[in-house]
Amino acid sequence: MAAGVFTKGLCGLRHPWLVSAGYSCSGPFCATAVAVKTLPLQTASTDVTDRILNLPLQMPDFFRLSELFSLKDLFDARVHLGHKKGCRHRLMEPYLFGSRLDQDIIDLDQTVEHLQSALNFTAHIAYRGGVILFVSRRRQFGQLVEITAQDCGEYAHTRYWQGGLLTNAPIQYGSGVRLPDLIVFLSTLNNVFQQHVGVRDAAKMNIPTVGLVDSNCNPSLVTYPVPGNDDTPAAMELYCRLFKMTINRAKDKRRQMELLQGLSAAGLTPGS
Amino acid sequence: MAASSGRTVGSFLWKCGNFCFNFNTVSSNLTRQVLSRQLCVSAVFHRKNLAAAGPEKFSEEFIKKQVEEFNIGKRHLANMMGEDPETFTQGDIDRSIAYLFPSGLFDNKAKPLMKHPDEVFPKQRAVQWGADGRPFHFLFYTGKQSYYSLMHDTFTKALAVEKHQDRLRGKGLFTQDAKQISLVGSRWLLKEELEELLVETISDHDYARFIQLMERLLSLPYCSAEEDFVQRYRRQLEIQSSKQQVQPLQYDQHGVAYSTGDGRRKTATGTVLLRDSGSGSISINGTNYVHYFPVLQDREQLMFPLHFMGVLGRFDMQCSVSGGGHSSQAGALRLAISRAMLSFLSEGQVETMRQAGLLTPDPRIKERKKPGQEGARRKFTWKKR
Repeated sequence: MAAGVFTKGLCGLRHPWLVSAGYSCSGPFCATAVAVKTLPLQTASTDVTDRILNLPLQMPDFFRLSELFSLKDLFDARVHLGHKKGCRHRLMEPYLFGSRLDQDIIDLDQTVEHLQSALNFTAHIAYRGGVILFVSRRRQFGQLVEITAQDCGEYAHTRYWQGGLLTNAPIQYGSGVRLPDLIVFLSTLNNVFQQHVGVRDAAKMNIPTVGLVDSNCNPSLVTYPVPGNDDTPAAMELYCRLFKMTINRAKDKRRQMELLQGLSAAGLTPGS
Repeated sequence: MAASSGRTVGSFLWKCGNFCFNFNTVSSNLTRQVLSRQLCVSAVFHRKNLAAAGPEKFSEEFIKKQVEEFNIGKRHLANMMGEDPETFTQGDIDRSIAYLFPSGLFDNKAKPLMKHPDEVFPKQRAVQWGADGRPFHFLFYTGKQSYYSLMHDTFTKALAVEKHQDRLRGKGLFTQDAKQISLVGSRWLLKEELEELLVETISDHDYARFIQLMERLLSLPYCSAEEDFVQRYRRQLEIQSSKQQVQPLQYDQHGVAYSTGDGRRKTATGTVLLRDSGSGSISINGTNYVHYFPVLQDREQLMFPLHFMGVLGRFDMQCSVSGGGHSSQAGALRLAISRAMLSFLSEGQVETMRQAGLLTPDPRIKERKKPGQEGARRKFTWKKR
């Protein structure tokens, strides 16, 4: 059921070439290891492509991301610490475990589930060669986020957000630009404690978002909210490490699948 | 279509080559290329957002073709002028073009021009993404990728230096007097120069932040490790005093050193002959300076260069001056004396004189009278009714 939903969601992606073409990981960031692909018949190649794309959707945790983190890791990184009672956002109340001495404590059981599904979604997007944009307006962690993005071969935006970046993209960047397929907010607030413009713009442009929502954030427009602390360096380093490992794992898996399927396709059509 | 501000002359040149020098080896292929030639467009120079300038106006192959044609055209021009094509410089090209195509126009940008295509066509960015649509640079979606990438790299270097310092502190080897980067005689890049370097438009605020970050990097004691990086964004200042022309000393038949100088102020011109080992006597147009300049202020003007360098009794002077009034004549002579004294002084003293303003000619002249006014500034009496 979940797999069916996934297929529907991902087949409705804005760029049909992602689903139909076998190669989407070309370019300087992800060099595929598949150098030679013998020319099989048309049906065989589409079979291979379908298998590459649909196999991950049949398993709930194809990339085995649950072994990347545990509840104890989240607790040690102080992810459960929220802001004070006065800063609390009304819509975050379902995600809170309680409050101690006026400081809100985030429910880590819910965080684990949300983080698992968010990482899984990110992994599937990365597997399909999607463009992932990391956004955070916290100046304390801007450098960390940019380095994370560089390390996993994706993109980052930790600077001043110009108004039309998503909604007026052809004018901003030139015509024919490809917008991000997923935006990961490592902090959904901007420097004046208001919701980041990117959250609303991504919702307008039908771009799915993964967002780290603290107890003073609004989780309603975020597709995959992950309740957690966004102020502590330990927590931010944990998240960056998790996202980096997820994306690298997904890309490696993709390369592996293409190699395997390519070999089996070559084996299946001997000389035709 | 905006009018082109610099017409490349290559096309005209080919036509000339075709008509006048048929006996030269001008192949017919090249002459056929004359007809469809894109001339450079000035509108591109004033483009605001370089990144979103639309599809590339000039592709790589086009620019390469232009460069080849320029080089061939340069050789033909050299042949035409009877010069050696191997040693034909840009200055020679400019002179030849000015000779072959004399222009009565005043604006330099309207005159015929033959320059290397890199100077004519502005630098512009290639398409920023690959065949699959994925951008090449990881900061592409910020809009100002080169600028933010520069800031990112600078900050990374600052963090690396701080880490190095912490390691040294841990080992107990930290000293405040580490080797510093020498910044004397250089200045930071200007905002326009930085824009040119990054091929991107940046705002004043961005530029200020960049300078602030570089200054922060320089404030760290162990920043000399990043000297190359910092020097890339600094430019050497020109030393003003090295532009002074200092005449060598001349000696007359008795072995006494002398030198001449001339100066102008308003409409007065004066010349001075300065002789060494004298007693400080000054004669102007044959008369003593006390009689020629009864006013104290004029005599002070004469004395000032000598008094400033402390050589009051050393020189004998023979001056001649004409034109202007007494004040401007005194000023003209003062400049002439300063210039004549340069031959007797060292480099450092020349620089002191320059900084004192003794070597700068006074540019003030009488302002013209305007119509509708009584004088240059004075208006006619204002009448209420």
